[in-house]
Amino acid sequence: MTTSAEARVTTTSLRQAVALSERPARPSALSTTLTFGWRALLKIKHVPEQLFDVLVTPVIFTLMFTYLFGGALAGSTTAYIQFLLPGILVQTIVIVTVYTGYTLNTDITKGVFDRFRSLPIWRPAPIVGALLGDTVRYSVASVMCIGLGLIIGFRPDGGAVGVLLGVALLLVFAFSLSWIFTILGLLLRTPNAVMGVSMMVLMPLTFASNIFVDPSTMPTALQRFVDINPVSHLVTAVRGLMAGQPDGGEIVWVLISAVVLTAVFGPITMHLYRTRR
Amino acid sequence: MSDDTIEQRANHTQVASHTPAGATRPNLAVEATGLVKHFTSGKKVTKAVDGIDLAIPTGSVFGLLGPNGAGKTTVVRMLATLLQPDAGTARVLGHDVTRDADAVRAAVGLTGQYASVDEDLTGVENLLMLARLYGFKGAAARRRVAGLLEAFSLSDAGARQVKTYSGGMRRRIDLAASLVLAPRVLFLDEPTTGLDPRSRNQVWDIVRVLVEDGATVLLTTQYLEEADQLADRIAVIDHGKVIAEGTSTELKRSVGQGSVTMRLADATQRAQAAVVVERLLGTEPTLPTDPYALTARVPDHGAHAVAQILPALDEAGIAVPEFTLGQPSLDEVFLTITGKPLPDEDSDGDRERETVAAEEVSR
Repeated sequence: MTTSAEARVTTTSLRQAVALSERPARPSALSTTLTFGWRALLKIKHVPEQLFDVLVTPVIFTLMFTYLFGGALAGSTTAYIQFLLPGILVQTIVIVTVYTGYTLNTDITKGVFDRFRSLPIWRPAPIVGALLGDTVRYSVASVMCIGLGLIIGFRPDGGAVGVLLGVALLLVFAFSLSWIFTILGLLLRTPNAVMGVSMMVLMPLTFASNIFVDPSTMPTALQRFVDINPVSHLVTAVRGLMAGQPDGGEIVWVLISAVVLTAVFGPITMHLYRTRR
Repeated sequence: MSDDTIEQRANHTQVASHTPAGATRPNLAVEATGLVKHFTSGKKVTKAVDGIDLAIPTGSVFGLLGPNGAGKTTVVRMLATLLQPDAGTARVLGHDVTRDADAVRAAVGLTGQYASVDEDLTGVENLLMLARLYGFKGAAARRRVAGLLEAFSLSDAGARQVKTYSGGMRRRIDLAASLVLAPRVLFLDEPTTGLDPRSRNQVWDIVRVLVEDGATVLLTTQYLEEADQLADRIAVIDHGKVIAEGTSTELKRSVGQGSVTMRLADATQRAQAAVVVERLLGTEPTLPTDPYALTARVPDHGAHAVAQILPALDEAGIAVPEFTLGQPSLDEVFLTITGKPLPDEDSDGDRERETVAAEEVSR
């Protein structure tokens, strides 16, 4: 590969290549955001290993909980999977949102982000584009999770429409939750620190919820926490949609919290992004 | 130390103050007044940049020379709108870096350890992404990318992930990435650090072509030789301050023509050799801890005297198995200007020396 031709940077070709007869017009916010989304897809194409966690975690959790605890918790594994699957799906996606912060921090440590920040583009584009790219990851994880569920006996009464609506609601929430992790991604020093801190936050949020069991057998104090835990509301809403009994109140609750999360943490992210040293 | 050859810090401030605050001199591509940036980590405040003035004429190459941690990168990051100054103002092509940041971003290209390309993507994908972000569309974007890859001899490697590139290729793709929009001002932060001599010369050639075509370049470096090769003017910075500014010739004249270092065959002859060297060069040799070694600064116009050292030592019966003549290094510039040597962390690696086998010369 290393030939003498490789070494030659010829003056004339350099002149021609750099000369620019006409400067292009500044691209729109949408177009730059989509370009960053395209980048996220390219990264999945080049580094497919990054999907490993996304694919394996839901499989392990679903199988483990269904067959280990299903019989004890719900009488039969078939009965339990109807209850568990929407919850496991929520847990999977919520945990996958952490990667948003992780990849952002990796970009910062590697210096790629400063290149983006030095461009004359709509400022939130790199982050919003990355979040859009992440929805691909969420979709892959959802397909994996639901596919496995269907194989081992998940039969949602809401049908395909109910399941799709449930996933759509989940993706909206995941997109807005990602803004918390973009903040961590911008504040913490290393990608692994982002991962560690995020997991510390997410473990109690996902386990102290109604994902695995009905909270009515829990101590009162824990029940109170489960009741205000946003993950519980999300799980109830997704369960309702998939079971064909949509809970309007919970859906509205989830949508409002998505708006609040974005409205609060989006601007904080952008402020940190602008002023980061 | 000659005050008439180097424009000292005090003079420098006066030069900058010719410009009333708020006015822009049209012939200046980069103009900074009183730039300050402090970093706080815990309770410790580091003055990374502590009041720097710059006036870089359009079409010239300006070198910021200084050791690690002198504040070079921080200055560039402020000028490239990546960092907001704590005090002072800066303009690039007349656009204020804080108030008119987008106009600055559209006009400058940036290459450095912090403004890099994505290692996971291929060369083509990286440039294509940037071309699209700059507003090139479809076929126009592809043409632009193909032309740049061709010019930087990267066409063959275009389809490979950047992480597989060699150091030199990596630096070329970084440079190509900063040239997508044909910037009129280019910031190069240590563009050749860590490169082998051949790749380094390529980068220098690229910079020269860009400047011939009218670009203005601000370059940071730890190597006096690099600044000497490329820069029209050089500012030496240390602890966030400009400690000297001038042309390369002016800087070098103030430190002399570099130095000679020799190792003797017999340590007991060192004092005798020192007398000979001092007589010829007129500068007092320093005696390093190595008992065989002897170093002396070469004065201005000292080339002829240097040529006489080996024959004279030979005549005195002093065998010199090793004799090197070096350009003045950043260390020597520092030593001369500040009276203090550079901190140890980067004391080696910046000397470009020609080792001459003494036997061959003397026989």
